[in-house]
Amino acid sequence: MLSIKNLKASIEGEEILKGVNLEVKAGEVHAIMGPNGSGKSTLASVLAGRDFYQVNAGEVLYQGEDLLDKSPEARAKEGLFLGFQYPIEIPGVSMVNFMKTAINEMRRHRGEEPLSASEFLKKMREKKELIEIDSSLTNRSVNEGFSGGEKKKNEIFQMAMLEPRLAILDETDSGLDIDALRVVAKGVNNLKSPENAIIVITHYQRLLEYIVPDFVHILYKGRIVRSGGKELAMLLEEKGYDWVRNEELAGKQ
Amino acid sequence: MSTVTRNIALKDQYISLYREKSGEISANSAPLMNTFRKEAITRFASLGLPRKGSENYLYADIERVFSNNLEKNFSDRKISFNIKEIFHCDVPDLETNLLLLVNGRFYGNGKMLKKLPGGIIAGSLARAAIEYPELVEKHYGKYAGRSDDGLVALNTAFAQDGIFIYVPRGVKVEKPVQVVNIMISENDLMAQHRNLIIADEDSEARIVVCDHTLSAHRFLTNSVNEIFTARGAKVNLTRVQNEHNGSSQVTHSHCLQEGGSDLSTITVSLHGGFIRNNVYVRLTGEHAENHTMGLYLTDKGQFIDNFVYIDHAAPNCFSNQLYKGVLDDFASGSFNGRILVRRDAQKTNAYQSNNNILLTDDTRMYSRPQLEIYADDVKCSHGSTMGQLDENALFYLRSRGIDYREARLLLMFAFAHDVIQNIKVDALRERIDDLVDKRLRGELSRCNNCAMQCG
Ligand SMILES: Nc1ncnc2c1ncn2[C@@H]1O[C@H](COP(=O)(O)OP(=O)(O)OP(=O)(O)O)[C@@H](O)[C@H]1O
Ligand SMILES: [Mg+2]
Repeated sequence: MLSIKNLKASIEGEEILKGVNLEVKAGEVHAIMGPNGSGKSTLASVLAGRDFYQVNAGEVLYQGEDLLDKSPEARAKEGLFLGFQYPIEIPGVSMVNFMKTAINEMRRHRGEEPLSASEFLKKMREKKELIEIDSSLTNRSVNEGFSGGEKKKNEIFQMAMLEPRLAILDETDSGLDIDALRVVAKGVNNLKSPENAIIVITHYQRLLEYIVPDFVHILYKGRIVRSGGKELAMLLEEKGYDWVRNEELAGKQ
Repeated sequence: MSTVTRNIALKDQYISLYREKSGEISANSAPLMNTFRKEAITRFASLGLPRKGSENYLYADIERVFSNNLEKNFSDRKISFNIKEIFHCDVPDLETNLLLLVNGRFYGNGKMLKKLPGGIIAGSLARAAIEYPELVEKHYGKYAGRSDDGLVALNTAFAQDGIFIYVPRGVKVEKPVQVVNIMISENDLMAQHRNLIIADEDSEARIVVCDHTLSAHRFLTNSVNEIFTARGAKVNLTRVQNEHNGSSQVTHSHCLQEGGSDLSTITVSLHGGFIRNNVYVRLTGEHAENHTMGLYLTDKGQFIDNFVYIDHAAPNCFSNQLYKGVLDDFASGSFNGRILVRRDAQKTNAYQSNNNILLTDDTRMYSRPQLEIYADDVKCSHGSTMGQLDENALFYLRSRGIDYREARLLLMFAFAHDVIQNIKVDALRERIDDLVDKRLRGELSRCNNCAMQCG
């Protein structure tokens, strides 16, 4: 589904991604871990199409097509979803209008009729119940005045509404209380299917107890330095990043 | 010709026009209005037309606009058209709520003044000045008369008619009164009308004014509104400016607010080649509240200039100016907001903000706050921003599959809605939202079918 080969990207001349390789197949759940500043969000943003990153080398295929050529909206319409580490507040744009526009633009892309008002509301209701998100939130402007945790939940709510094929969740678990964490996991597990794939970026092995990954990767200084099964997350929890650092140093000598 | 001689020549043209036509002007107006003319033309002779670059007209080139040789018509020439045909308005009780001004004259089909429930009087100002001279005399020229703007004097000399609305003490007007201001002609035309709104003590009124052009000629309007808001009265005035881009419009609103009154005006400028709006508000009694707001959405070569002057002459009053604009292509504009807090106006709260989105590098916007504060115990603030659409917000919307163009529209609409949301009448707010949405999408070019349909 997603194939990243030797991806190098920089911002303002500074190289952040220094040759990332990653293969994600339909039905799989991948976790990406790594110390602060290692480039996890950069990778996610490049995949979603943020244009202030410059791609210097490598290629990314998504469902067999070149992803990097496409506009952010084209990627989204083809089923790519990014759960933002820092969701943006958009005063004046209501959640309802936002979701209705997004869903109908995607339907139009697939050659489907727009949802009727009642179909749309029904869908909103269902997903609100699933994500246990309050109506008082979905009646407001996008993320405006939402608490940190509410914003994260809102990302999962949007994911549930848009039903993507590939979801990349950037630290959606950070700042969540234990109940919200469970709900987020429920949303993610609900999306899981043999056709879909999920990449979770996280610092905590705790999330991985709820969302069990098939693969865990460690991104370190712009490269994936280690990949393994879920036991890698455990190892990391136990030994910390010093261990990765030391191994890297040892490797270089 | 130097600019100085041009100015004098132009001024003389208007003065001699007045000399030549004063008989005809007076014959087609009201005696009370006529008594103001002589003094007004003398005043105009000494003030002249505002010069571009002068203190209050830094960017608006009035002389250029007023030097166009347009037809002026001072007789009540019948223009025959079917209102319903050109103006599809589904206001249920058209007779009661709709007031029509055609080329600056009241169009009443024989019925020049209407008495609405509760003793409300609405219709032609000239007719009101004849039928209710004491009422009109108490207010006519009393607020605009203080102005040192030559254009106000010019209007006073020439104005023959306009809208008159009177709401008696304690009466609340349920439905909004809608004034439709139409320019329609077979030639390029200039009109100068005069409106007077009197809201007596503890009364309440909501007024909607729409400016339209219904033929493709060049039009120039120089209109004066006087609004009196008596003690405890509440007036809500929404104005939609939607003339075609070959027209020019200067409006002067002179408002007086007594204690405890609440006046809120929102001017939404959609189309129009040259627009200059002057708003003067004087707060003369304690606990008066004023909201002066504006939204301008401009593109191509449009020029929109808003000039606001809030005069806090009494303690414990509140005022808020909120102006927002989106400029596209090579549009230009200016906002000048002045707050005067007089020495005795302690405990004044006065705020002002002007936010602009400039969509291209070729737009020009000038924003100038002017605070003049002589009292010591006051809260005042002003803020002005010039910016682009928020890139992060744009990306967020696009990352959800919303096209770039649609995402931009959503953000612009949200920006504009900040002003629109202050319109308290739900149906009206929704309609203006709709108009703004159409305008931003570029789907609102003509508006004889916009049908402000506010009920
Ligand atoms: N817009 C930007 N301008 C300048 N530097 C940036 C920008 N975005 C990212 N960087 C730099 O790129 C590096 C990688 O940042 P990134 O956000 O990808 O890290 P991360 O792995 O997601 O970290 P965290 O775990 O803290 O979220 C950091 O050193 C960061 O300072
Ligand atoms: Mg990050």
